Amino acid sequence: MAATAKTIAQVKSVGDKYKYGFVTDIDLDFAPKGLSEDIVRFISAKKDEPEWLLEWRLKAYRHWLEMPEPKWAKVSFPPIDYQGAFYYAAPKSKDDRPKSLDEIDPKLLETYAKLGIPLKEQEMLAGVAVDAVFDSVSVATTYKGKLEEQGIIFCSISEAVREHPELVRKYLGSVVPYGDNKHACLNSAVYTDGSFVYIPKGVRCPMELSTYFRINAENTGQFERTLIIADEGSYVSYLEGCTAPMRDENQLHAAVVELIALDDAEIKYSTVQNWYPGDEEGKGGIYNFVTKRGACRGRNSKISWTQVETGSAITWKYPSCILEGDNSVGEFYSVAITNNRQQADTGTKMIHIGKNTRSTIIAKGIAAGRSDSTYRGQVKILPKAEGARNYTQCDSLLIGGDCGAHTVPYIESRNPSARVEHEATTSKISDDQMFYCRQRGLSDEEAVALIVNGFCREVLQQLPMEFAVEAQKLVGISLEGSVG
Amino acid sequence: MTALLDIKNLHVSVGEKEILKGVDLTVQPGEVHAVMGPNGTGKSTLAYLLAGREGYEVTEGTVTFLGQDLLALEPNERACLGVFLAFQYPVEIPGVAGTTFLKTALNAVRKYRGEGELDAMQFLKHVRAKAKALDVSDEMLRRPLNVGFSGGEKKRNEVLQMAVLEPALAVLDETDSGLDIDALKVVADGVNAMRSPERGMLIITHYQRLLDYIIPDHVHVLINGRVAASGGKELAHELEAKGYAQFADAAAA
Repeated sequence: MAATAKTIAQVKSVGDKYKYGFVTDIDLDFAPKGLSEDIVRFISAKKDEPEWLLEWRLKAYRHWLEMPEPKWAKVSFPPIDYQGAFYYAAPKSKDDRPKSLDEIDPKLLETYAKLGIPLKEQEMLAGVAVDAVFDSVSVATTYKGKLEEQGIIFCSISEAVREHPELVRKYLGSVVPYGDNKHACLNSAVYTDGSFVYIPKGVRCPMELSTYFRINAENTGQFERTLIIADEGSYVSYLEGCTAPMRDENQLHAAVVELIALDDAEIKYSTVQNWYPGDEEGKGGIYNFVTKRGACRGRNSKISWTQVETGSAITWKYPSCILEGDNSVGEFYSVAITNNRQQADTGTKMIHIGKNTRSTIIAKGIAAGRSDSTYRGQVKILPKAEGARNYTQCDSLLIGGDCGAHTVPYIESRNPSARVEHEATTSKISDDQMFYCRQRGLSDEEAVALIVNGFCREVLQQLPMEFAVEAQKLVGISLEGSVG
Repeated sequence: MTALLDIKNLHVSVGEKEILKGVDLTVQPGEVHAVMGPNGTGKSTLAYLLAGREGYEVTEGTVTFLGQDLLALEPNERACLGVFLAFQYPVEIPGVAGTTFLKTALNAVRKYRGEGELDAMQFLKHVRAKAKALDVSDEMLRRPLNVGFSGGEKKRNEVLQMAVLEPALAVLDETDSGLDIDALKVVADGVNAMRSPERGMLIITHYQRLLDYIIPDHVHVLINGRVAASGGKELAHELEAKGYAQFADAAAA
């Protein structure tokens, strides 16, 4: 094929690259457009919330009005029109919540099927319990019975507010206070739903807990709130994966995730993020402004974040660990892939407070097209963190000559016995590697996918098995059209 | 009979410099050809050109592979049609296990040929016996491709890839370089096991040594971008005894 014809064909094919780009047509129950105290009250009333929660939301809302937007990230976008968005949308049958999957709108189930989400019997085989969030209200939760037998609570956060108010009240906002940052503050005011997990003392959760998020209503901001508490000596692995349908208008997604690990508890939190990234020119796409933070409150506790970020027009995300308990461990494994006009500013914070606390950061950034990828990380050792240790490794891989990769580590050690290591590399896929792969029969895209998967291996192998396979495919899909 | 590989009056330049200055060479199915010559005469250029590496410009001449215009094809298309190059310096690919690489390559080739992809079990069965014959352990297959491999390990790995991909034409570029005598034997045995009435081979080497183990049907002497002499296997011995100087004058003329 001639070079020009090839380019034209490639550009054409990129247009339908986003295979999850379809919109499901379901009547929505909207709150009026815009943001005000009335909207906050509307959301709270819709959810039948107790007075304390409404007050908390209102405090957050008032604080939000005063708060400046964070400006330090290396991302640029036009000002967000907060008044032009909707803050509440629910599937129609909200008054009459489905008792089983049979009652769920078949179109919704179809959507899940297209995404390959294992519902119904497949779940039993996959061993996955899914709390599927469709827009803002949880409509399907499975495996609850089996989890309940062990005293594990896995439900929507709205349900948790009704059924377990004491737990929610104790922990909500305890890791990410409502005034933490502008995006988290907005979430606190208007969050509509999300997941809640409580693992009782000494219980090892027998299966991976999984939530799939999906934005479905045009112009609807998505404000998820997730709260996971691992009581003493417990263990849980939680998976979060998401895709979104194609659209032209930017959508704000400001989620908050809080993790709490008590003595000897461990939480493993894995994310594959594949929100709509916008088109090749950067039109459309999700603004993914997420605040994720875990507190290792107890001795010997451990929190491990693994993320594969391939989607969104802009990613602003720093899953962090506050290592309060002595001997507690924080881990952050990250792959961030940007292509076309995507911008990602992502990393972590490891705050060492307790003695002998340890943290590991492995971050892999891959930039292609005209995208920009920044690793931003903070390692902070406080004076009492005797014997604290951190190891950080940041590797960047550039594809083509028009993208950017940046590494911005902040290291602050206030204890002389602490040991902090930071390693960083930047590389390109070499012509030799490409030619070698192609000589063995691989197309350009297959070669890039293979080499990049190799580059990300240390991170991808942290993911649970079924997620790892999905993530490997996603790595290839995300970089389609980046070479040739 | 259609020749497997037919090179006619091939002129190739790299940048401003002409490296190959009119090469003619025909490989029939089942034949093993050796291309010998001193350093810098265009042996590796010929190998890379056949595989489709960028940076080599054909200014004159043709190359057909099973009747097709090889030069019009992308490197991966050539590979899928059955052109294999065993690299003189195999490339490291960090993080990619040897098995993963082999499986991806094999399935890409099978897909192109309209054959079904192999699943993990079928693939392992296909690879295990071949790996064993080349003294490639499971441990070596699990390691990232060529990363930290010794010279011998890299070359055995190249021949393993060849055995797994079963090409119609194998081009071996200085496969003997950097090998001790034991490794040389293992590699030669692997190559000899692949000789068949359908398959052709082009063995590029500086020394006659490899040709004691892989006996060629034809030997060509490449000097200063031209085939200065062609003959049977005895030509290799003659070279070993007398050196390349005798042909240098002829080529310069």
